[in-house]
Amino acid sequence: MILELKNISKAFDGTPVLKGLDLDVQRGEFITLLGASGCGKTTTLRIIAGLEMPDGGSVVLEGQDITNLEPNKRNVNTVFQNYALFPHMNVADNVSYGLRIRKVPKTEIASRVAEALKLVQLEEYGKRMPDQLSGGQRQRIAIARAVINEPKVLLLDEPLGALDLKLRRQMQLELKRLQKQLGITFIYITHDQEEAINMSDRIAVMHQGVLEQIGTPNDIYYRPRTSYVADFVGNANILRYGQKTYAIRSENVLMNGEEPCVHEAEVVEKSFAGGQLRILFRLSDGQTVTASRYGIDADIREGSSVKIGWYTEHAVEVLDEKV
Amino acid sequence: MKRKKWPFIYVGIVTVITYIPIILTVIYSFNESKISSVWEGFSLKWYAELFRDRDIKEALLNSLILALLSCILAVFIGTSGALGMYRRKNRANDAVAYVSMIPIMIPEIILGMVFLSVFSLMGLPFGMVTLVIAHTTFCVPYIFSMVKARLVGMDQSLEEAALDLGASPVRVFFDVTLPLIVPAILSGVMLAFAMSFDDVVISIFVTGPTVNTLPVKIYTKLKTGVTPEINALATLMLVAIILLLIGASAVSRIGLKKGSGEVKEMSVKD
Amino acid sequence: MKRSKSNWLLLLPMYVFTILFVALPILYMFLLSFLSRAKVWGVDFTFTLDNYIRILEPLYLDTFWESIKLALLSTGVIVLIGYPYGYFMARMNAVWKRRMLLLIMIPFWTSALIRLYGWIIVFRSNGVLDKLLMGLHITEEPLKLLYTYPAVVVGMVYSLLPFMILAVYSSAEKLDFTLVEASRDLGASALKAFWTVSFKLTLPGLLSGVILTFIPSMGLFFIADILGGNKIVLVGSIIQEQMTKGRNLPFAAALAAVLMILTTLMLRLYKKLTGTSELEGLM
Repeated sequence: MILELKNISKAFDGTPVLKGLDLDVQRGEFITLLGASGCGKTTTLRIIAGLEMPDGGSVVLEGQDITNLEPNKRNVNTVFQNYALFPHMNVADNVSYGLRIRKVPKTEIASRVAEALKLVQLEEYGKRMPDQLSGGQRQRIAIARAVINEPKVLLLDEPLGALDLKLRRQMQLELKRLQKQLGITFIYITHDQEEAINMSDRIAVMHQGVLEQIGTPNDIYYRPRTSYVADFVGNANILRYGQKTYAIRSENVLMNGEEPCVHEAEVVEKSFAGGQLRILFRLSDGQTVTASRYGIDADIREGSSVKIGWYTEHAVEVLDEKV
Repeated sequence: MKRKKWPFIYVGIVTVITYIPIILTVIYSFNESKISSVWEGFSLKWYAELFRDRDIKEALLNSLILALLSCILAVFIGTSGALGMYRRKNRANDAVAYVSMIPIMIPEIILGMVFLSVFSLMGLPFGMVTLVIAHTTFCVPYIFSMVKARLVGMDQSLEEAALDLGASPVRVFFDVTLPLIVPAILSGVMLAFAMSFDDVVISIFVTGPTVNTLPVKIYTKLKTGVTPEINALATLMLVAIILLLIGASAVSRIGLKKGSGEVKEMSVKD
Repeated sequence: MKRSKSNWLLLLPMYVFTILFVALPILYMFLLSFLSRAKVWGVDFTFTLDNYIRILEPLYLDTFWESIKLALLSTGVIVLIGYPYGYFMARMNAVWKRRMLLLIMIPFWTSALIRLYGWIIVFRSNGVLDKLLMGLHITEEPLKLLYTYPAVVVGMVYSLLPFMILAVYSSAEKLDFTLVEASRDLGASALKAFWTVSFKLTLPGLLSGVILTFIPSMGLFFIADILGGNKIVLVGSIIQEQMTKGRNLPFAAALAAVLMILTTLMLRLYKKLTGTSELEGLM
């Protein structure tokens, strides 16, 4: 274990943001803190970086309590959401900043900068100023600036948030490659479940200042612990029967009249998004269910009545969180 | 919307009118005649006279020293104040910030009156010291508010990033904060310097019998009668200002080019 | 971030300087206005309201009224000239904006006095203006405009116009002109669109310009002095006279106090109208 957060609490102006958060991070893993805005993920990251002091609890890095250590004395680096490249320094000076602070010999700095820039495939850009770079390039420089210091843990605060979709996909793969190559522990923050599932070894889903569930992408996706996780990660349907609550993902909702289709449902709405047809049904007890299909299914008309259903193994029992 | 011509014509006419007195001053500075409305041929004699005038030279030097000292003090006070205040809003800070702005909000005559009475109460000898104190009070607001606005607009994560990369708070200040607020300090200084260099009203009250600033000197000259020497002085000041402004805009344009070239082709490649 | 430990060190110079050389002196002015003048020279520390009662004498009341009238007139002219100027400037392209700003700054940066001196050349008897008008046979005799009221107004307008232009410009520059197009698109006439959108949104700049020209114009005694001779007496002139020739500090303080209160009221009004105490285009 490389990093432990123990019972961290933090409030801003009396509003609690973190309520006794526990988190263990393994050496060399890519862990993602996933949650909607305001769930406390950024605060958690800032507490690890030392940019925010927790009200209670402790931060332990490699067995050493660093809760009260100043940010400049922690062997942890951050890739900021808006990159935070120093606008008055060129790329090479930005990247070498941490090394210059540590008074690393000049010749070594030069070779390590070259190496870091090569790592992010921007070897030729040392003399550029940050405002001469595109968003994706700035992103990579911010990463190079952090990893050159060989931090124990690299913190990434929604680093791809400002990029367009295509570039984001490309950078996801690149980040994953970098992490494998460097073997540095990554703690990654995002609100995008796709991104989390694509990149992470483990995902920690946060909600209202506590950890909802932590596990591999598979665990989180197929075995959500709570209705919140099921809804946030898998966009699952939450159905309540008596005391029990079930999560059923839309692609598992069947409507072809086969064996499990026992529920009478009315087609409320059809919409086409992201290559998928989404059909909203209303069950006879008033609960709604969404089903998704590839392609355009023309023969289901809004207002018509069909039988839908699902295999019991696709209905995962979860703790109800009233999403 | 289609571009209309008359706004340009209007702006042009007003601009030309504002330049008439300036151009006349320049023309008459080369006039042989002492009576300025009659042109009696080209002459540089007023320039010669100006250069012989010890008082003017001394006053000019005084004004430059005064503006420089006031600006230095104001940079120190205003910048540290802005740094101390921009992140914490509390009543005491707000009150001090408000009071510090008063000198540029009220008619100058009040400030002159106030300083004359206070300095005589304190028994300070009137001269460069009183001038510097008085001028610093109205230089501080320009620098304070410029720097504070820059700090408030500054991306806070820049300082955090430096801290995160291992820099001590002192190092963060010199590596990141200071370089980023220098432009704001400079534009504050430009304004403050101009205001100080040009001030008549306050200076008249707080200057001593032995120290004259250039505007005070010009004022007394203008009150006593027409002196074509002033034309020559005006022309020289105008030339100096134009050179300074051209220089400043050239510098800023170079800075601009350095900072923003080649962005377009870059983003395509990515 | 933690900067609390050393923060007071940063604040110290500003606090000390502001309290010592701005706050206390202004308080002293108010105190002084309630004291009496010593027999020979200086101040007698006995309380009196005489200074304020003296301001109510017609001579001084008239002067106040004259000053306000002149300030109003100058500000009015400045608004009429400066508002369209600043507004049009904001609609020019970036290159022209830079050029115009430079053109405005050049006279602004030369000495205020020297700029006024140019007007002496224009206005003086048989000066440039007289020559021109007589040459065109518009007038037969010299107008002798120097040392008259109009000359002082011209001087005021000329000295303070840049403040208005810059205030309106900085406000109009922020204006999104597609809003005007939207308003035209929704059926407003050009005039109506200007009035309901452009004018409303540049009003803070205009008001700021009014403040920035009206307040100084009440105190710029040297303009009245140079272009008005001794004929036009303003509050500023009286204060100066009382300080220097009259040697009556308490009375000068009372006059300044009244002027200060007038100023504060104007700033309050501005804050009430615009909701901010920050003046547009001041910097």
